[in-house]
Amino acid sequence: MPIRKDRRERYVEVEVSGPREPLWVRCEACGELIFRRKLQENQYVCPRCGAYFFLSAQERIASLVDPESFQELPLPPVPEDPLGFVDQTPYRERLARARQETGLREALVAGVARIAGYGVTLAVLDFRFIGGSMGVAVGEALYAAQAHAAQARLPFLFVVSSGGARVQEGVLSLLQMVKVVAGRELLAQHGVPYIAVLTYPSTGGVLASLGSLADVTLAEEGALIGFAGPRVIEQTTGERLPPGFQTARFALEHGQVDQVVPRAKLREELAQVLRVLAERP
Amino acid sequence: MTDEERLKVLEEKAAELRRLAEQDGLDLHAEIAILERKIAELRRQVYADLSPWARVQLARRPDRPSGLPFVQALCEAFYELRGDRVVGDDPALRGGLARLAGMRVALLFHHRGATPEEQRASRFGMASAQGYWKAKRIMEVAARLKLPVVTLLNTPGAYPGVQAEAHNVAGAIAACIWTMLRHPAPTVAVILGEGGSGGAVALAAADRVLMLENATYSVISPEGAASILWKDAKVAPKAAEALKLTARDLHELGLIDEVIPEPPGGAHTDFSATVEAVRQALLRHLAELQALPLDELLRARYNRYGHVGARGPNR
Repeated sequence: MPIRKDRRERYVEVEVSGPREPLWVRCEACGELIFRRKLQENQYVCPRCGAYFFLSAQERIASLVDPESFQELPLPPVPEDPLGFVDQTPYRERLARARQETGLREALVAGVARIAGYGVTLAVLDFRFIGGSMGVAVGEALYAAQAHAAQARLPFLFVVSSGGARVQEGVLSLLQMVKVVAGRELLAQHGVPYIAVLTYPSTGGVLASLGSLADVTLAEEGALIGFAGPRVIEQTTGERLPPGFQTARFALEHGQVDQVVPRAKLREELAQVLRVLAERP
Repeated sequence: MTDEERLKVLEEKAAELRRLAEQDGLDLHAEIAILERKIAELRRQVYADLSPWARVQLARRPDRPSGLPFVQALCEAFYELRGDRVVGDDPALRGGLARLAGMRVALLFHHRGATPEEQRASRFGMASAQGYWKAKRIMEVAARLKLPVVTLLNTPGAYPGVQAEAHNVAGAIAACIWTMLRHPAPTVAVILGEGGSGGAVALAAADRVLMLENATYSVISPEGAASILWKDAKVAPKAAEALKLTARDLHELGLIDEVIPEPPGGAHTDFSATVEAVRQALLRHLAELQALPLDELLRARYNRYGHVGARGPNR
């Protein structure tokens, strides 16, 4: 399938750091100017202050899986812009821009790979693509990836980086929450384990569906985990937010995740989980 | 003057004539009859072609038929179950076991409240984590007893608060969706007023989803969409249109099964007629679903949600 080939090539291109990428990056947290290669070596964690940068889906995959083990699954075709949605910018234009900026077709990259030798099916959201939001395309791709995991009997890994539902697809986006839970039921029926990794940010409709239903749930250090964003809570309730609210630590302390893991240790942590969860290496 | 304002003026005139007729014993029958015909005509016009934004206003009316009074009128008997068995009870999302046309069913519903105290306590129907954990618990009771689950929705959305997050409201909503999807008996959701976002879809992963004519179902409030996408809360009416949140729009998109007509002036003008209309639709769908063997019921449910939106309009 031609789309798949293109996307594979882009994946490689980004991995070796394409020509469009700037050489220096500024850390928004501490202002430090960082040489991109250095930042990359440090897994996109600021070497000075430890702030976490967004990882693109490809960077995330490269940071987790065994070298050259990733094989992308094609995104199922879906009708685009089902509501003909126009706000200040037509939704179609927003999609086109996101595609141009990210080189992705949608906000999710899925495939099969190995982690420490264990075969997995994985799905990774890319926050750069309209906030990693879930519309029909993302919902359908998540369902397809889960169906693949169920059929192939490979543990399913879902890395969340999402603001929630794709507003421009209206109720169709809400119903994707039901769809991805239907996929989760497929995994359960086939006895296939599901591991979720919650990163910055894991909020809204993605957290209130598949994101919260894993057998094992890890939170990346630096994650934001919550149903409603902090601003919405403050504006709606006038409540003062306690320090550390909705951090990975908060989620751990409130019994919502199994472990908090620094980015650099995530691959090793997943290997440990797979050691007890995977049926076979 | 808008049609709605004209309607109000006519209604006031009619009321005055009736008062005069009563006080002074004047025979104003003919005049009143003419006026009433005019009012009925105008009302039909006004309500047949309401804008999405006008429907949002109707759906949000505090006197919209819903909540506990609705349930009490709908069922022969209702016994409330309370508490999530872990941290507390939520007055905004209530439920229990009921007799409906002789059948045993589990009922879950948002309760916005009629008095200011009730409304404050229920945060105007915004349920918190306890509400959704309780809903899951009641669905599990129903699953053990193989009872149909009926949900009656009217919520602006789940409550966004510090305690809600501490008690994992996102996990509770996800658990409700999963539990409802697996439910080993028929499930019907009826959106009576507002069907707001995650707080609504938590109770709407059903075999059938019905909406009252002026109810809304939306991923985000029009005001929220307006301020996020247009950066201007004042364009909410425009956002309401773009979001396709009305019953008619969602039926055309194939995302809901039936639009239940309301009395001409809106559901709030005739409580019992509204309850009866919902009851008839509900019983019809329940009967259809109960005729199906369980494996077929579940297959149809997974087909409905497993690829929703991926093949163009659903039906």
